[in-house]
Amino acid sequence: MKFFNFHLMPYRHADLDAIDKNGSAWVTYSNRHYDPAKGAELYHEYLDQMEYADTLGFDGVCLNEHHQTAYGMMPIPGVLAGALARSVKRAKLAILGRALPLLNNPLMVAEEYAMLDNLTRGRFIAGFVRGIGAEYHGMGINPVVSQERYAEAHDLIIRAWTEPGPFAYEGKHYHFNYVNPWPRPYQTPHPPIWIPSQGSSSTIKWAAQKRYTYAQTLSPIAVVAHFFQMYRDEAEKAGYTAAPDQLAWSNTIYVADTDEKAMREAKPHLEALVNRFLKMPVEMLLPPGYSNIESMKRVRAAKVTGKISSIEDLNNSGVVIVGSPNTVREKLAAYQDLAGFNTSLTKTQFATLPDEMTRANMAAIAEEILPHFRNRLPQGKQQVAAE
Amino acid sequence: MAEHATTTVTVRGCNIKLMRGGSGQPLLFLHGASGAGAWLPFMQSLAAKYDVIVPQHPGFNDSDTPDWLDTIHDLAYFYLDFIEQLDLDRIHLAGGSLGGWLAAEIAIRNTQRLASLTLIGAAGIHVPGVKQVDLFLGSDEQRIRDFFYDQTCADEMIARLLQPELEDVNMKNRIATAKLAWQPRAYDPHLHKWLHRIDVPTLIVWGANDRVFPVEHAHAYQQLIPGSKAIIIPECGHIPQVEKASMVVAELTDFIESMRVAA
Repeated sequence: MKFFNFHLMPYRHADLDAIDKNGSAWVTYSNRHYDPAKGAELYHEYLDQMEYADTLGFDGVCLNEHHQTAYGMMPIPGVLAGALARSVKRAKLAILGRALPLLNNPLMVAEEYAMLDNLTRGRFIAGFVRGIGAEYHGMGINPVVSQERYAEAHDLIIRAWTEPGPFAYEGKHYHFNYVNPWPRPYQTPHPPIWIPSQGSSSTIKWAAQKRYTYAQTLSPIAVVAHFFQMYRDEAEKAGYTAAPDQLAWSNTIYVADTDEKAMREAKPHLEALVNRFLKMPVEMLLPPGYSNIESMKRVRAAKVTGKISSIEDLNNSGVVIVGSPNTVREKLAAYQDLAGFNTSLTKTQFATLPDEMTRANMAAIAEEILPHFRNRLPQGKQQVAAE
Repeated sequence: MAEHATTTVTVRGCNIKLMRGGSGQPLLFLHGASGAGAWLPFMQSLAAKYDVIVPQHPGFNDSDTPDWLDTIHDLAYFYLDFIEQLDLDRIHLAGGSLGGWLAAEIAIRNTQRLASLTLIGAAGIHVPGVKQVDLFLGSDEQRIRDFFYDQTCADEMIARLLQPELEDVNMKNRIATAKLAWQPRAYDPHLHKWLHRIDVPTLIVWGANDRVFPVEHAHAYQQLIPGSKAIIIPECGHIPQVEKASMVVAELTDFIESMRVAA
């Protein structure tokens, strides 16, 4: 299994009571609560953690993209990727952004990603996302055309990377007389493409057809297993057998000497992540047209955004793995076998978790977990073709 | 009492439902973001004097959602086709909220078949510095509460619209509304430049307590449409034709009848 240190770069000094009072850490949570002196330190603290991950032997470091929120301070992830491109010497560098529909000129993603691929001499992994619903409120992009814009921007970027320019591109949303980006990507035909999603069946099908790596975000392991099986089934329908490397599970792992200590230490920070930093009204999460009516009804019925979760809920349902080295090893192996993934996108820092605890967690994962999984592939029934 | 009937008409391949009742000169009413699921008391009252026609816009309620529907302009051209196909003439065109915006978009394009225009709490123009409720960030219930000054009207609308069996159609209407009004938020930045083209008598009806499109919008429309007349209804929110139905019916009828006398 491969391990990526996945950072959200939260504003960890956020006033949790103010978030509660506002009802969300997104869109309407005033940036008066952002202190630049603290924020500047956080950027450096987090970048240092990413460089530490490289020296500890993580296979990759992973950035994402969110706008107008204390949940993550990476509206332009390429800035941080640029900072890491030379300081992270060995590990892969992944951006699990960019939110293509939010951009009025997706050609700039083709340029930005190609630059990063050159800078890292081919260690770059290119993510494409739609952005979450809140970002359609914040960025003034119509959610109803989100899927259209995503599809069109994706096609444009792939063509820009693979067809010799200049050529003209005429879409519904984007129009160019000259598509001819310099530089071209370092990797041939282009960097690996990863698609993170909350589990949209149409996204899973599309990613499987394109043979893109699918990354499942924050979900109980049984749900992760279900979506990964859906991906393998779609791959079979598309005429090939999906490799475990095509499936990445985005999780949170916290390791301490004992289960009790790990739970006690992680509790306030993990609960702040799900109950404060992630909290938002359903109207913010799901603006009209962002998903089809059926998925919107499913999410609204599940009332996913209002639920208060405890660390025990999260740990028992396998959204996260918190415990002693032995517990974490056992659970991760069981989850790998259950769901059949071969990449762990692991948040070692989450919400309010301070630097020293994060670094201790990273070191513990590197020493106690990574070596045991270095050559481990998923075992068991998902290795057999879908039944 | 005038009966109404619901039929389906097909305009250039697009099927839409419409409610129609009464007789007289045609009064085409264009609904707002909440759709047109019911024949409301103000429609019934107007049907005593006019041929009241209430279509469900493409994208809304039981009407088709055609591939060509992207902007309010598409709907405006659709209704110009619709008017031709139904061969309506001397039309009193009225619209509320999103429907008011649509009526204005139709009228700047072609008034040949219009006798008058009535904008009620109309979207469509931006007035700088006026604080508006964000209709996309609140809950369904809060949105309806924000529509009204008198909260008993809100209670009635909540009871009528927020039914589990209407969940699908409500979501369909929300999606159609977002398509037309998400960005810029419920206005066309170019509309104000062409409102001078409206050359039919125009009545502007507004609730004094409209929080969605506050009354400054009524004044702006009144200044932009030559010869238009604005009526501001006290103790009234965003949907005067529901909240103050009899007053709106009386004003609209007076307006149309005085025009007839003047002609």
